[in-house]
Amino acid sequence: MKILIIEDDLETAAYLSKAFREAGITVDHASDGDSGYFLASENSYDALVVDRMLPKRDGLSIIAELRGNGDDTPALILSALGQVDDRVTGLRAGGDDYLTKPYAFSELLARIEILGRRKGGRDQETTYRVGDLELDRLSHEVRRAGQPIPLQPREYRLLEYLMKNAGQVVTRTMLLEHVWDYHFDPQTNVIDVHISRLRSKIEKDFGEPLLRTVRGAGYMMKAGG
Amino acid sequence: MSRLRAMLSTTAVRLSALYLGLFALCAIALVFYVTAISEGMQRDRTQNAIADELRVVATAYRRSGVAGLVRVIERRSRQPGANLYAIAMPTGDLIAGNIAALQPGVLDQEGWTTLPFRYQRNGDTADEQHRALAQVVFLPNGMRLMVGRDIGEREQVRGLVRQALVIALAIMFAGALAIWFFVGRRALKRIDHMSEASKKILAGDLAQRLPVNGSGDEFDRLSLSLNAMLGRIERLNEGLRQVSDNIAHDLKTPLTRLRNRAEAALAGDGGGDSHREALEQMIADSDQLIRTFNALLMISRVESGSSTAQMSDVDLSGLASDAAELYEPLAEEQGIRLTARIEPGVTIRGNRELLAQALSNLIDNAVKYADGGETPEIAVTLTRERGEVRLAVTDNGPGIPPDRREDVVKRFVRLDESRSKPGTGLGLSLVQAVAALHGGTLQLHDASPEDRDNPGLAVIMVLPGEK
Repeated sequence: MKILIIEDDLETAAYLSKAFREAGITVDHASDGDSGYFLASENSYDALVVDRMLPKRDGLSIIAELRGNGDDTPALILSALGQVDDRVTGLRAGGDDYLTKPYAFSELLARIEILGRRKGGRDQETTYRVGDLELDRLSHEVRRAGQPIPLQPREYRLLEYLMKNAGQVVTRTMLLEHVWDYHFDPQTNVIDVHISRLRSKIEKDFGEPLLRTVRGAGYMMKAGG
Repeated sequence: MSRLRAMLSTTAVRLSALYLGLFALCAIALVFYVTAISEGMQRDRTQNAIADELRVVATAYRRSGVAGLVRVIERRSRQPGANLYAIAMPTGDLIAGNIAALQPGVLDQEGWTTLPFRYQRNGDTADEQHRALAQVVFLPNGMRLMVGRDIGEREQVRGLVRQALVIALAIMFAGALAIWFFVGRRALKRIDHMSEASKKILAGDLAQRLPVNGSGDEFDRLSLSLNAMLGRIERLNEGLRQVSDNIAHDLKTPLTRLRNRAEAALAGDGGGDSHREALEQMIADSDQLIRTFNALLMISRVESGSSTAQMSDVDLSGLASDAAELYEPLAEEQGIRLTARIEPGVTIRGNRELLAQALSNLIDNAVKYADGGETPEIAVTLTRERGEVRLAVTDNGPGIPPDRREDVVKRFVRLDESRSKPGTGLGLSLVQAVAALHGGTLQLHDASPEDRDNPGLAVIMVLPGEK
C-alpha cells in the first residue's frame, strides 16, 4: 500500500512516515498545499492523509479539486478543529474520514488500512465469511458451523462492521462512529462490554476464537493462526 | 458653531426643514387661489350691483329725460356709502355726480372699463386718488352716464390677507426654528450620552450599558437592542475568562504530574519494564488531558452558540433508547439495573450529537456514582408534558445535598474530593450548556425524597417541545 501525507509540521510528518513504514506502508510526503496537490494528481495512491490547515493551500480545497477531477482516492483529514460542524464540512468537501488532533497513531493506522483497502470494496458482497462464521446481509442471519446464532439488531450491526473489515484492526472510536453513529468518546469504555457480549454469543460454544483484542488499538476479526 | 452644524445635520432638522418648505409653498398657493376666487366673486357682485343701478337710472331718464336723470343722480350721490356717479357732456365736462376728476379717456368708451382707473371724489384734496371700476353708457343726446364702484376696499382686503400670510409664515418659521433647536439638541444630547457610554465600553468597562429613559422611542429601542447585544458579549467574555482561569488552575496540575512522571522515569534506574510502565502511564495521563481540553473547548463552543447552525429535527426517543442500550451492558456488568421508560415519537429541533453526548454524560455519571446502594438502579426516562420535553436520568444512590447542586454544574467542580473516579469535572457543565443551547434548563432533584439515606438523584434536561 502506498499513501501520501500532506502535513506541514516536519516533525509530525517524519514521525508518521517512520511509523507507517514500520507498518509496511510506502509513504510520500508533501509539506505544503501546492506540492501536495501536485503529487496527489500526478501519482496514484491508495490513500491520502491531509492536514486541514496547510501553507499555500487549504487541505479541504485539495480534496475538493481532486474530486472535481474525478479522482476518488480515499482521503483522511487531520485537523485540530474537532467540533461537529468542522467534521461535517470536512466530509462534505469530499473527505472520507476525519480525525482530530491529537490522535493515537494506532487509530490513524487502523483507519488508513481500512481506507486504503476500501478501493476493492466489500459493500457489494451479500455474505461475509470469517472461518466458519457466516453473516448473510440479505436475511440478516448469522450462522457458525451451520448453526444459527440469534443476535440483537445492534449486535448484528457490530458484527457486520467487524466482519466487513475482517483482517483489519477496528478501533473503539470507529465502532462508536459506524455502529452507534456517536462522534465523541464516552468517558467510560462502553464498547468493551458490548464486544464481550457479542463474543460470548459467537464463540462460547465453538472452539476457535475469531474476535480478537488488539492491545492498545482495538479489535480484529480473523480466522486461523 | 460646529455644534450648530451638527444640529443642522440631524435627520429631524432636515426633515422639518423640508416639511416647512413644502408647507409654505402650499400655504402661498392656497392664499393666492383663495384671493383670486374671492376677487372674482366680488367683481361679479360689483358688476351686478352697477347693472341694477343703471337699470333704475335708465328708467328715470326714460320717464323724465336729462333733468330727471340729474335729479336721481344727485340724490343717490348724497347717500352715505354711495357708488360713483357721473354725468358728462359729450366733451367730457362733468355736470353732475359725486366725482371731481377722472382719469382722462375713461368716458370715451361705452361699456365696462377694462382696467381700474383713478379718480378724485368731490371734496378730496388734489393729491388724494382712488381707484374704481365703472360702466359707461352713451345717452342718445351724446351725453355720458357713468356708474362705478370704488375698489379700494377690495385691494385693502387683499393686502390684509397677504400681510396675514407673511405674519403666519414668519411665526411658522420661528416656531420651526425653536422646535429644531429643542428636538435637535435633545437628539444630540442623547446621542452624546450614547457615545459616551460606548466609549467607556470600548475602554473595557463591559458592565456599562447605554442609557434608556423609558420613553420607548426609537433611541430607547436602539439602546435596548444594543444593550442586549452587550449583555451577550459580556457573557461570552465572562465564559472565555472562566475558561482561561480553568486552564490555568486545572490543566497545569495534571501537566505538572505528567512532567514529574517523565522526570522520575528518567532519573530512575529501573530497566525497560519500569520505563515502559511509566510511558504507558504518561500516555494515559495525556489522553486524560486531551479529553479535558476537548471538553472545555466543546463547552465554550456550545456556550457561544455557534453550533446553532447545525440544528435539525432530532428523534429524541430514538436517541434516548440508543443511549440506554449503549450503556445497559456496562451497567449490568457493574451490577446496576438500567431501565428505560421512553415516550415514543418525541422529536425536537436540536443538535443530535450534542444531545447524545449530554445524555451519555448523564448516564456515565450515574453509572459512576450510583453503585453505592444495595440494589443500584438507573432509569432513563423521556416524557412530554405541556409542551415541554423532559429527558431525565435517575439513580437511587446517595444523591447530592441541595446546597451543593448549584456547584456541581460549574466547571471542574467534583464532589468526590479524593478524585478516585476518573472524570474531567466537566460533564454536567457540558450538559447544562447543551440544555441552554436548546432553550432549556438543567434541573437536579432528589429522586425519592422520602428515603433519607439514599434519596438518589434525578438529573433532568427540560427542553422546549416541538412548536
